[in-house]
This record gives sequence, structure tokens and C-alpha cells, in this order.
Amino acid sequence: MKVELRIKRFDPEKDQKPRWADYQVEVEPTDRLLDALHYVKWYQDGSLTFRRSCAHGICGSDCMLINGVNRLACKVLVKDLGRRITVEPMRGYPVVKDLVVDMEKFFAAYRAVKPYLINDEPAGPRERLQSPAERERYDDTTKCILCGACTTSCPSFWANDDYIGPAAIVQAHRFIFDSRDRGAAERLEVLNQREGVWRCRTIFNCTDACPRDIEVTRAIQEVKRAILFQRI
Amino acid sequence: MTERVYAGRPRPGNNFELYSWFFMRISGLLLILLVIGHMVIMHIINNVDVIDYDFVAARWASIGWRAYDWLLLFLALLHGANGVRVVIDDYVRRKGWKVFTVAVLYTFTFILLILGSLVIITFEPIGMGS
Ligand code: FES
Repeated sequence: MKVELRIKRFDPEKDQKPRWADYQVEVEPTDRLLDALHYVKWYQDGSLTFRRSCAHGICGSDCMLINGVNRLACKVLVKDLGRRITVEPMRGYPVVKDLVVDMEKFFAAYRAVKPYLINDEPAGPRERLQSPAERERYDDTTKCILCGACTTSCPSFWANDDYIGPAAIVQAHRFIFDSRDRGAAERLEVLNQREGVWRCRTIFNCTDACPRDIEVTRAIQEVKRAILFQRI
Repeated sequence: MTERVYAGRPRPGNNFELYSWFFMRISGLLLILLVIGHMVIMHIINNVDVIDYDFVAARWASIGWRAYDWLLLFLALLHGANGVRVVIDDYVRRKGWKVFTVAVLYTFTFILLILGSLVIITFEPIGMGS
């Protein structure tokens, strides 16, 4: 089947502002959008720039705005996108080139919530044990691959990119509700700022956008509740 | 460099945004009940054309109804004003404009709150019981 790709392109060395470029591509209906992008890059226009690494929905490199919504190019099938497909970079971060955005701020927010186990107590002779129920408590947020789909779909973030963003809150949630972790207070303090969870307006775009089906908005609400009641 | 934005010394003890968020939930819940009560009394049980000065004066003879109306005024005004504050916070990025719009908002809210409270508290029926 033939599809038309409309790609928003930007070359900082040549373009003043982004421009649209159209490409006709012959694909199988069961091809992924990433395959179509590869086809363009490999056979039509080698200058097309985008990120991808694993090509299997695990590394989180190739999130982009596909037909107006944030999706992983390696996870959506062409047959679900219609004959004319628009592809744009994620919203809210500066575009480096074509579909590549500068995610420095995204990872600064990520580092700010201390996304690692904090526990100074000795681990005991074998390991820090955890019951299946305790593990279940934060299971949903362990699925995050840091693709940025949630944060860059959030209108609060578009309005103000100082907002720490859903992705960082999800990562904080993963440790705050981990029974082995002792750093909850530090993380909640970071999230209890003006630019923390309180910028969330419960819009649910993040939950909609997440390619891993994480209930992002719920995780944010749980963090708000933890701050409110000072209890996890 | 960008680190500073987030990690930048969280101001401990500043729970303003937390309280503001919590206030919105609680006032929202109360407002639903208060507004439904208000609508039922003023627009369903009593038709608008029977509501006149005497009606209000009779109602406000009881301190309970004055309290009810004052609570309605207080919560609706602050709930609304806080909502606008949040919108300003999101969308007005220039420092000067922000200070200006927030100042206007606070002034208006304050004036409306004082005026409304004054009416509710100092109201004295005239020509009643005739
Ligand atoms: S390329 Fe790794 S998630 Fe799509």
C-alpha cells in the first residue's frame, strides 16, 4: 500500500523555521511507521534525522508526534494511521534537527527526583526482602522507558517548561512507594514545589500518550496524596 | 545548569501550593452542595418572580441563612480567584505582567469579598412587618 508521509523538518543550518516535506512510500500495512521512516532515510533522503535505537519499544528513543498524538514510531502500524500520515517532533523541547529534540531539561528533571534506591541501612546477609504485595505497589511505574511521551503531551508543560513533568513524577513514584527505599521524604520535598506535582491539572493527556500504558495521572495523584497526608 | 530549576534548594515549609490544591478539592465539594441548595430554594421551590426585597429580608432574619450565603460567597470567590491565579501562573510568563495581573486579581477579589461580607453582616431590614 502507498502512503504519504508529511514530515515536519528543520535543518538549523539552512532553515529559519520548520517546513513540511512530503514523501511517497510503498509499505506493507503491517509495517511500523519506523519502517516507513527508514525507507525515506535509506532510499529517498538521507538527510532525514530521527532517533531510534532498539526499534522494539524498549529504549524510548523514537517518540514523536504522529497524526497529532505522541506515539513511538516503532510501535504503531502504518495501517492504523491512514493514507496520509503527519510526523512532527515532540512538543515543548527545542528542536535540534528534524524529529530530534533537545531533551537535556527532561533528564535534568529526571535526575532531580533521585531515581535510584536510597537506603543506608545494612542490607542483611542476603538481600532486601520484599513481599509480592509490596512489589505490586509500584509495579505500574516500573514500566517507564523515559521516552518523554507523557511530559511532551502535557499542556501544563507546554505552558511552562519549568514544570518537572509527568515522566519525572512517575520515576519518583517508582521509588517513593518501594518498601526498600528510604528516600521518599527527599523526593516528596522536591515534588512539593511550585514546579513539582502542583502544576499537574489532571488533564490525563499523559495517561493517553504513554506507550507502556502506565496510569500516569493516577501515579501523580498518589504522589499528591502522599505529600498531603505525609504518608506513603 | 538546568538542574537548578528543580533541585534548587526546595524551600522547606512552603506548603502554599499544597494547601491551595487541597482547598480547591474541599471548596469544590462544598460548593456543589451549597450551589445545589441555593438553586433549589431560589429557582425551583420559589419562582424568581416571588423573590423580592421582603423575601430576602425574611430569609436573612435568620443568622443561619446569612452564614450559608456568606460561605457561598467566600468559597465561590476564593475558588474562582485561585483558579485564575493558577491560569495566570501557567500562562503569564513575563515577570512584570505577572505581578500586575496577580495584583489586579487580588485587589478585585479582596474588594468583592469585603463588599459582599459587609452587605451580609450589616443588612438590616427596613419596612418589614408592615
Ligand atoms: S526505537 Fe526504541 S522505543 Fe522505539
